[in-house]
Amino acid sequence: MDHKVIAKQYLITGIIWAIVGALFSVFFRLQLGFPEDTFPVMEKFLGHWAKGGKLTPEFYYALVTMHGTILVFFVLTAGLSGTFSNFLIPLQIGARDMASPFMNMLSYWFFFISSIIMFASLFVQTGPAAGGWTTYPPLSALKEASIGSGVGMDLWLIAMALFVVSQLLAGLNYITTILNMRVKGMKMTRMPLTIWALFFTAVLGVLSFPVLLSGFVLLIFDRHAGTSFYLSEIFIGGKALPHIGGSAILYQHLFWFLGHPEVYIVMLPGMGMASEILSTHSRKPIFGYLAMIISLTGITVLAFVVWAHHMFVTGMSPFLGGIFVLLTLLIAIPSAIKVFNWLTTIWRGNLKFTVPMMFALGFVSLFISGGLTGIFLGNSALDIHLHDTYFVIAHFHLVMGVSAFFGMFAGIYHWFPKMFGRFMNNTLGYIHFFVTLAGAYLIFWPMHYEGFAGMPRRYYDYSAWESFKQFGTLNAFISVVVIVVFFTQLLFVFNFFVSIFKGRKVTSLNPWGSTTLEWTTAIHPGHGNWEGDIPEVHRWPYDFKDDGNGNDFVPQTVPLKPGEEAH
Amino acid sequence: MSGLIITALVVLVFIVIYQIAKASELATILRGDEKKVKGQTNRLMAWLMVAFFVLGMIGIYKCHVELMDKMLPESASVQGDNYDSMLFVTLVMTGIVFFVTQILLFYFIFRYQSTENRKAFFYSHNNKLEILWTTVPALALVVLVVIGLKNWFTMTDIAPKDSLVVEIVGKQFNWIIRYPGPDGVFGKRDYRLTNDATNVLGLDWNDPASKDDIIIENGEMHIIDKRNVQLVINSRDVIHDVGLPHFRMKMDAVPGITTTMWFTPKFTTEEMKAKTKNPNFVYEISCDQMCGKGHYSMRGTVIVQTAAEFKEWIGKQPAYYAGQQKAAAPAPAAEGAAPAADTTKAAPATVASTH
Repeated sequence: MDHKVIAKQYLITGIIWAIVGALFSVFFRLQLGFPEDTFPVMEKFLGHWAKGGKLTPEFYYALVTMHGTILVFFVLTAGLSGTFSNFLIPLQIGARDMASPFMNMLSYWFFFISSIIMFASLFVQTGPAAGGWTTYPPLSALKEASIGSGVGMDLWLIAMALFVVSQLLAGLNYITTILNMRVKGMKMTRMPLTIWALFFTAVLGVLSFPVLLSGFVLLIFDRHAGTSFYLSEIFIGGKALPHIGGSAILYQHLFWFLGHPEVYIVMLPGMGMASEILSTHSRKPIFGYLAMIISLTGITVLAFVVWAHHMFVTGMSPFLGGIFVLLTLLIAIPSAIKVFNWLTTIWRGNLKFTVPMMFALGFVSLFISGGLTGIFLGNSALDIHLHDTYFVIAHFHLVMGVSAFFGMFAGIYHWFPKMFGRFMNNTLGYIHFFVTLAGAYLIFWPMHYEGFAGMPRRYYDYSAWESFKQFGTLNAFISVVVIVVFFTQLLFVFNFFVSIFKGRKVTSLNPWGSTTLEWTTAIHPGHGNWEGDIPEVHRWPYDFKDDGNGNDFVPQTVPLKPGEEAH
Repeated sequence: MSGLIITALVVLVFIVIYQIAKASELATILRGDEKKVKGQTNRLMAWLMVAFFVLGMIGIYKCHVELMDKMLPESASVQGDNYDSMLFVTLVMTGIVFFVTQILLFYFIFRYQSTENRKAFFYSHNNKLEILWTTVPALALVVLVVIGLKNWFTMTDIAPKDSLVVEIVGKQFNWIIRYPGPDGVFGKRDYRLTNDATNVLGLDWNDPASKDDIIIENGEMHIIDKRNVQLVINSRDVIHDVGLPHFRMKMDAVPGITTTMWFTPKFTTEEMKAKTKNPNFVYEISCDQMCGKGHYSMRGTVIVQTAAEFKEWIGKQPAYYAGQQKAAAPAPAAEGAAPAADTTKAAPATVASTH
């Protein structure tokens, strides 16, 4: 029940899922890059779904769907905030454990069961869900519409329902712990930005996941109870269905009411960790601490009122569309504030290029590149042509895929010494960093062009299209880069697991020269985190200044000197 | 077996890399010059980041040169011209922000790398700066929102009265096109009357307006150059999406809900062939909403013709009713059953006469 153990469970489950999800992307990239060729190795993994080494279209769509589901939910939600909320919240606010350790444990085991069911769905006769990770009905509601909408879809829905339960248990726990269990002196305005970010992540999850669950329940009813929430006037499989009066668009509203906040659930932990890491390794306070909190608040509030920008081309009222354009583009402002504050944080710093620092810097670069294209897609008129093209793929992979991953990697490299009492190997870390950064840009940058050319996403093969077939060589190039990047991630996984047992040992309490509380615990903190009393907090978390003894930082536990002004 | 060997090889390579990396790190610590090596690594990383930046910029340029001639030709609709100019403005504005911020990021990385004598400058906040970079992006966004909404409301406005009206219906996995025929009125549809043999769109034969409707089942839509066209969009089964990249247009086809869009084509298909110097050029309709295993093959085409050519073409198309009468003549029973079914209830969402 120890929060540190649960955090590691989340992390390792997340890593396993990430390998599965990434492997799927390699499989479907092989198809996209080399539609003419066969790859017998795929038959080994996928059996009859890739007879003779050629993916079937049905399974291509299943892979795409599972890639999205796994990475968005199981890795970047559970694996990311599950790991770091559990690990950092008690350690950084000075608590011995979560408010309810038991609920915390339940949350992991619900996630685990959900994982098992989702994984099992890969092996059913008709294959896993194949309607895209958004599983829009009627496609996902009718087994006549797609082979993946059979048992695979049921398992998908059950797994996701359990996943929501897990997220709610976890989220309530995080919020309660942060609000109630801070150590003496740890005012809200003295919390590290990681905690602020994880706090808002939990708030977003708690308020939006229930809506998703309601959407799923209605979908289950439509599938099995003969209701018509999402179905109306459908002729399929040679017969007309009796459903009348439902709206397929209703599901999209319910889905995106979570789906959009979900983007920030994925993003915020990375933002928080990047802030913390940039500051620590620049030996300089985060610039605009208060502005960072305000912009996080702004993002959280706005996240709830922009969901319909995913639906500009569903035929929604143009007036409503206009409102959503306005609200959506407002989010660019707090995001811009954060970027400028990060830049000012490293300005005139004393930058130590440790591996976590490299990833935090990469995070900023990718967040800028991916974030700016959001301004295109959030503007409804521009979204019309770009909607559901490769431009969208490039946008969200850069901003919430790769950059969230960079936040996660930065966090793993930075807190690995606290988790396991050892360091990860630096050389491998640097290789991992450069290959991944370059790979991310090589893969996703050219996709913007494909999107401008109108190339639709989720196509199995483009060679029959006069308008899109000219990108054949480019697709092959991208696929090759994907394979290289995939093996580099395996190198990271290898580094991670080997370093747990063989890594260089941590010999000092505070290897990074950090100001926050987790580094006041023993190298291998036991259950309860601090052996004696929890140290009292006297100052804000970013006092990177001369302490008078030759150190360039003052930990939060050091009382203010006479005459020293609190931040 | 070969899979096993490959896996073993990969793991082996990883182990070798790891051991080398670890050994070199331990060696520096043993030699006691950890600090010096750390300094060297720091400098190396700063230079590598600069190299990454320079190569990245070259890459961006190369990518641009390489891909520009593979992009879409000039917009083929009047609305698309507005679209393209808006896209250009947005590209320039975001492009400036992109280059400025990335240059600053990588410049700071190089300029402020840790050296022995460097001390970080304690600088925790500055409200003037925060206000500056709240208002400047806000103002830039106002510009984009104003342009965007202006275009959005024009594009989604009600189609002009004189538009040519064409219905396009998505089904797994092709497009069906319907013209109202000489009377200019679409006949009523009831999805329960649909059958793939004799009535693909479920037309209600009791409605006289349906008798002269023309249905094109191969997804080939003919429209008239420089004449506004309004598409009435429906779906028979799941959600599809009518994507017209050359016209910069797109709209979902949702079962049970009719959507519309309109635009003004600028060039005939023939003109476009000359413009692109591609004799195979064709306006394509792509399905842009995941609709099942054949999603990627759900291809339609648009033929833009002069008014005279269009008139000649449509004159040759038989009314769907007449065609089915002929085909169904040997088996009148099937045909007789269909109209009887619809008298039970009024069709809930027929395509009303679209004028």
